[in-house]
Amino acid sequence: MMKKFVLYSGLTAGALMFLYPFIWMISASLAPEQEIASLNLLPTEFTLRSYLHMIDKIPIGRAFINSLLVSVSVTAGVLVFSSMVGYALSRLHFRGRDMIFYIILFTMTLPFQITLIPQYILIVEFGWANTYLALIVPYLVSTLGILMFRQYFMAIPQDLIDAARIDGCGELKILFRILWPNSVPALVTVGILTFMSVWNEVLWPLIVIRTEELMTMPQMVALFAVGGRAESQLGTKLASAALLAIPVLVAYSFFQRYFIQSMATSGLKE
Amino acid sequence: MVSPYLLHLLVFVAFPVIFSFILMFHRWNIISSMEFVGLRNFVVLFQDRLFFTAIYNTLIFLLIHIPLQIAVALLLAEMLNQQIRFRAFFRAAYFLPVVISGVVVTIVWQQLYGFDMGLINRILTGLGLSRVGWLTDPNIAMPSIALMATWKNVGLYVVLFLVGLQGVPEHFYEAADIDGASHWQKFIYITLPAIKPTIFMVVVLSTLGGFSLFIEPYIMTGGGPMNSTISAMLYIYKQGFTFYHMGYAASLGFFFAAIIMLVVVIQKKLIDRE
Repeated sequence: MMKKFVLYSGLTAGALMFLYPFIWMISASLAPEQEIASLNLLPTEFTLRSYLHMIDKIPIGRAFINSLLVSVSVTAGVLVFSSMVGYALSRLHFRGRDMIFYIILFTMTLPFQITLIPQYILIVEFGWANTYLALIVPYLVSTLGILMFRQYFMAIPQDLIDAARIDGCGELKILFRILWPNSVPALVTVGILTFMSVWNEVLWPLIVIRTEELMTMPQMVALFAVGGRAESQLGTKLASAALLAIPVLVAYSFFQRYFIQSMATSGLKE
Repeated sequence: MVSPYLLHLLVFVAFPVIFSFILMFHRWNIISSMEFVGLRNFVVLFQDRLFFTAIYNTLIFLLIHIPLQIAVALLLAEMLNQQIRFRAFFRAAYFLPVVISGVVVTIVWQQLYGFDMGLINRILTGLGLSRVGWLTDPNIAMPSIALMATWKNVGLYVVLFLVGLQGVPEHFYEAADIDGASHWQKFIYITLPAIKPTIFMVVVLSTLGGFSLFIEPYIMTGGGPMNSTISAMLYIYKQGFTFYHMGYAASLGFFFAAIIMLVVVIQKKLIDRE
């Protein structure tokens, strides 16, 4: 009995520790500026003043659309291209297949710090600096996605593919009409992982995007927080942070099981 | 089928790797023409005290972050692995910071760490203790960032450890119970060896994550106080994208990547020998 009590106290203390900062952030972003310092979770009144002030200062709506556009495009691209490679590596026979597989494994071990500067120069030379292309194209292929699709496709019965071939399906049709509908878990996993990592990415946008209209949301919020444009108005800063977190919070509260599973499998792959 | 991938590989991986080799021997601000300088970038690098400070700071970060993360993650995973109700809720709560942007986490923690008004110092003064300069004391600022990073990432490792723990066969523990093993002995002699692969994975993942430390000091401290939180990535970013020293930044990136690979190989060797 005593042991149970200690266990549940520990578990609850842990949960509070992880949840409290976010609850405080949202509550403080809705509180009047002079009450934020009091750290009360329930302010005397709820107000959207901090949010209105922020919208006045930065084009956060535009940043939201930019982030959404970039994240959706990259996710779609990764699903298509990675599943194509995954299919080829698991189901097609061609020369150099094993070599490509080893190259993929090798590129996974390559620290991104090597390619960061040359990739930026490439973007400048292509004339892609300050365009959506800079944010999308370098991310269109995911080695992790390839490996996941490859593994998932290997478990799909060959009969299914043979039957489709006899019906005269081309390889692309087999992939998208036969394999995709049978690989929903893999699509969900790769989709969530890609979307989350692109949505939260901030270093690369800081490097390749300098015009405000094209900035992604984390980038804009980060620059807002360091740039002094929040004019030391804490509520405004917190409102921008809350707005950045809310879409993920909402998605997470509905689909947390899928988020956790996806991210755990990505860890287990390494 | 694989041609889009190969094209992408060629342009965004193979070419950059080769090009970084070329860049290392040049001075270039991306606007004027490249100037060949031989090994001068590396001569400068080895005399660049700020860069080594940045690497030192990054290593300090890792030395705090990794053990803390493993300890906390194991503790939470052990608790979740008991016969409990609401396991899904607790797990989801611990995992929440993992999915939230580091930008959000950093902005919130900056307030928690505030000297006068921050929650943590208020709790300390409430307990009769003195305030701590979480982000203003050069000796404490980097550990503070490491603590925050642990808070942000630990949920992922809780889940990984939980998977590992659930893979330990129940009869191992039953046999130990018959032999009268204590809780601690069971942990040391059964649990730890069984989850060693998970521990290695956690070490490598958090090492790679730690070496990429960037946005947290960028927002929280700008690298200060007294350069105590400037991370290697933050320094490379400044050299490349504030000063536009492309050749030098590429050399730094290359040198730093070599250190990263070296550290990971050493970790692998050490763990294999254990």
